[in-house]
Order: sequence, then structure tokens, then C-alpha cells
Amino acid sequence: MGEVSLIDVSKRFVLRVGNGAQTVHALSRVSFTVRDGEIVSLIGPSGCGKTTALRIAMGLESATAGRVTVDGRDVKGCGHDRGMVFQHAELLPWLTAMQNVMFGLEMKGMRGGALRATAEKYLDLVGLGASKDRRPHQLSGGMQQRVGIARALAIDPKVLLMDEPFGALDAQTREAMQEELLQIHARTRKTILFVTHDLDEAVLIADRIVIMRNGRIQEILQVPLPRPRGDPGAVRGTREFADTRYHVWKALHAAPDTPPTMH
Amino acid sequence: MAHIVDGKTEAQSADAAGAARRSVPRWIVTLSSVTVLILLWEWFGRDINPVFGSYPSAIAVAFWELAQSGKLAAAMLESLQPFAAGYGLAIVFGVPLGLVIGRYRVAEAALGIYVTAGYAMPLVALVPLLVLWLGLGFAVKAAVVFLMSAFPICINTWLGVTAVPKSLIEVGRSFVAPDAVILRRIVLPATLPYIMAGIRLAVGRAVVAMVIAEFFTTISGLGAIIINSANNFDTATMFVPIVVLMVMAIGLNGLIGLVERRVAPWQAEIAGREPE
Repeated sequence: MGEVSLIDVSKRFVLRVGNGAQTVHALSRVSFTVRDGEIVSLIGPSGCGKTTALRIAMGLESATAGRVTVDGRDVKGCGHDRGMVFQHAELLPWLTAMQNVMFGLEMKGMRGGALRATAEKYLDLVGLGASKDRRPHQLSGGMQQRVGIARALAIDPKVLLMDEPFGALDAQTREAMQEELLQIHARTRKTILFVTHDLDEAVLIADRIVIMRNGRIQEILQVPLPRPRGDPGAVRGTREFADTRYHVWKALHAAPDTPPTMH
Repeated sequence: MAHIVDGKTEAQSADAAGAARRSVPRWIVTLSSVTVLILLWEWFGRDINPVFGSYPSAIAVAFWELAQSGKLAAAMLESLQPFAAGYGLAIVFGVPLGLVIGRYRVAEAALGIYVTAGYAMPLVALVPLLVLWLGLGFAVKAAVVFLMSAFPICINTWLGVTAVPKSLIEVGRSFVAPDAVILRRIVLPATLPYIMAGIRLAVGRAVVAMVIAEFFTTISGLGAIIINSANNFDTATMFVPIVVLMVMAIGLNGLIGLVERRVAPWQAEIAGREPE
């Protein structure tokens, strides 16, 4: 099982501006659930709170109010039940790809032969078995991100949380990685919650899209595309893809007072 | 279209010329530079009144005399003991202190001010006080070396810790690494280049501190040779320990570089500098 929920999460902080202070309501009573095996995308304009919501789910930041649950149990702070992938892979530059993946496992308490075997298995899963002894600066951006994904998956978390995982990559590598993520999901059936700015990416990958505006959820819509997605190139050309994408685009550009709709 | 020259593109010609230039090893350039300096010094140095200055061949003769008599070796041994003790302790205390001050805000608020002040402390003025506390022997010399070199090592380490990207620490947190593990396995390796920089900077200061200590406490070792020959206006002999100390500092620097390449090879690779 791997289900993560945000329940009534609010986040407020105070900024010192000029001589006074301003209260920023980054999140206001945000609630949604990512069901077992589902892929959910958080999308919205800059400053809408999607990254804050994800970081609260990750445990790197704490909510001012509300709860985060994993499989129904409240969680505080980070945990091995949630694996994280960051926008810039954030690999430890003095370790090889293999050692980077092993790092997460060591934190979980794994030792010895099982440690190496597991790390190799996940590097093979992301197609980097041959590069396991390279250091991050000897890997391309896409390869580094794949190591980051392997590192997060290796600890066998219940949920994978990804913060704009392909945002720092060039367009072609991004498309290749999107296809790889779909394949990894098909093989592992991991629950995934990811933040993105890319409408195409959200529609292509996600089962449901959570559209946020001004710290609130504006709409949660179901993506009417079949699983498995199949050839991403072909999917991008379908009517359903275009319609869904247009729906998201319109929602992002709708008047701010439009009441939230849930699907 | 690229401009074609003799069947090779301009870029390729420039590359080949660059390769020809690059094939002269760096040590030859350094050696040539030093040789030129020595020759110039020799040429112009002979005309100077021997009381005011000296020149390489005279210094070489004085060096030979000191070496032959065994005085130089004895002096070096004498000086190097408090040097090694003070410098070694400076690393042992300076690095962990810098790590703690850099990592924990409370420690920074409580201790940072002393470290910053200590770095600017005029040690020469404090030596008489140190002599009162520690006497005139080994302890005070080691203390002077320690006080001069500990602060730059600590400050560089401190700076290095604050320069560790927050995102790397978050990686540690995301895997629920305890604080001590984050410090040992993320902060420390990330800070190593700064630590090595601090250790290198401290070499020069430690050498100066050693000589100062020898001037103001029991006059012994290399400092003694400097003072005695200066008092006798034997400028050539006076230069011998100075040159020896400079060569020693260069050697130590090179040694540290070697250690750095063994302990933290990734920094040079990332910066794109090939180790020689």
C-alpha cells in the first residue's frame, strides 16, 4: 500500500518587508489524496503553493495547520516511507553513482552484500548499470537525474515525491525521461506525486491533475487517457490529450474568483 | 561556414598550436623563472655592500659551511619540533571547532566572536605574556605556532561549512539521516576544499610564528642562526635559514597538495584541473 494524503493543510509565514511585516498565506486548507499506485501531478502558476505543498508532504517543511498521512497514519518530518527526487538531482559530488544510491540505503540501515546488490539493481532499472562508477560531474543532466530517481526508489518507499524532476533538463531529454518514468511506474506500480510547470508533462504522465491557485486547490481533474500510456509521441497526438491539455490551460487562465471544481 | 586553412579548420589549427604550447610542463616554467631570478640576483647582488645584502653564491657557500658543521641540521630539528606540535594541534582543534561554529547557530553566536578577534590578534605583543605563563622552552614556542595557525584554519573551515548548499543537507534530511551523520558524511566532505585551503594558508603563518617564537623566547634553532649572524653582520649566513624556511614552506605546501589529491580527488576533477 502507498497512499499519501494532505488533510486541511495550511501554511502561513511572516515576511519582514520594509519597516513592517506581511503575512503570506502560502497554503489555505489544501486537501487531496494520492491513491495507491496512482500518479498525481500538482500544477499551477508560480507562487501558487504547489512546491510548498509537496515539501510539506516530504516533511522538509511543516504545516501551520492540518496533517499529512501516509496509509492513514500521521507523519511528521521526513521518513523512509517517502522517497524524494529534487529538481537538480542533488547527488553528493564526491560519491560515485553507485555510492550515491547506496547512501540512501545506508541511512535505512542496510549493510554488506545486500547494500551493493540493491543499489546495482536500481541503477540497472534506470539504465545506468554501466555508469555506476562514474562521479556526478562525469554524468549528463539526464543521467544525474536518473541516479536521483534510482536513489529514491532504492529505499522502496511507499510514495515517490518529485519536485519538478525534469525541469532542469533540455526538451528532448525531458521527453525521454517522461517516457522512462512511465515505464518505471508500469514496472514498479509506485504511487507518485510530482510538481511540474509543464502542462504536456502533467497530462502525459498523471492519472489526476491538481490545479492550484493562490494557495488553494482550484480543480482536480481526471486524465481520460488509458493505462499503460503507450508511445508518448502517439499519445501527444490524440484528441483526448489535446482536450485535456486545453482544459488545464483554461483553468490556469480562468478568472481568480472561479469557485473550485472537483472531479 | 568555418574559415578553412590548409585543409584544417581554423579551430583545429588553434587547437594544435595550443597543444604544442601545453606540452611544456609546468615545472620547467617554474624552474626557469626561479633560475632567472637567481641569476639576476647574483648579477646585481655582488655590487651590494655585504653588510646590507647578499647574493646567491655567497649564500650557497654559507649554506655549505652550516650544513657541513651539522649546525643547520641540528637547528632545523630544534625548530621543527615546536612547529610540528603547534601546527598539528592547530589542525586538530581548528577543524572541528570550525565545523561546529559553522553548523550550529548557537555555537557561532557564542564562539565566533573570539575566533574572529583571535585571527587579528597581534601575537608579537602577546609573546611576553605567554612567556610568563608558559616559560621559555618548548611549550611557549608550540603555543605561539598554535595561536598563529589555528585561527585561519578554523575560519576557513567555518566559511566552508556555511557554503555547503542547503539542498545537499536536505538530501540528508530526506533520508532521515541523524544530525551527526549529516555532519560527518555530507558537511565534512563538502567542506574539505575549504579546510585544505585553510591548512595551506596556515603553513606560512606557522613558519612566521616559529621564527618569532625563537626570537623572543630561548634563542635556538633557525631563529638563533638568524639573530646571531645578523648581530655579526654576516648577511650571507643570515639568509641561509630564511631560504631554508621558504623552501620548507613550499615543500609543505606541495605535501598538502598531495594529501588533498588523495583525500579529496573530486575537487580537481570538477574544477577541470588535471593533477600532475
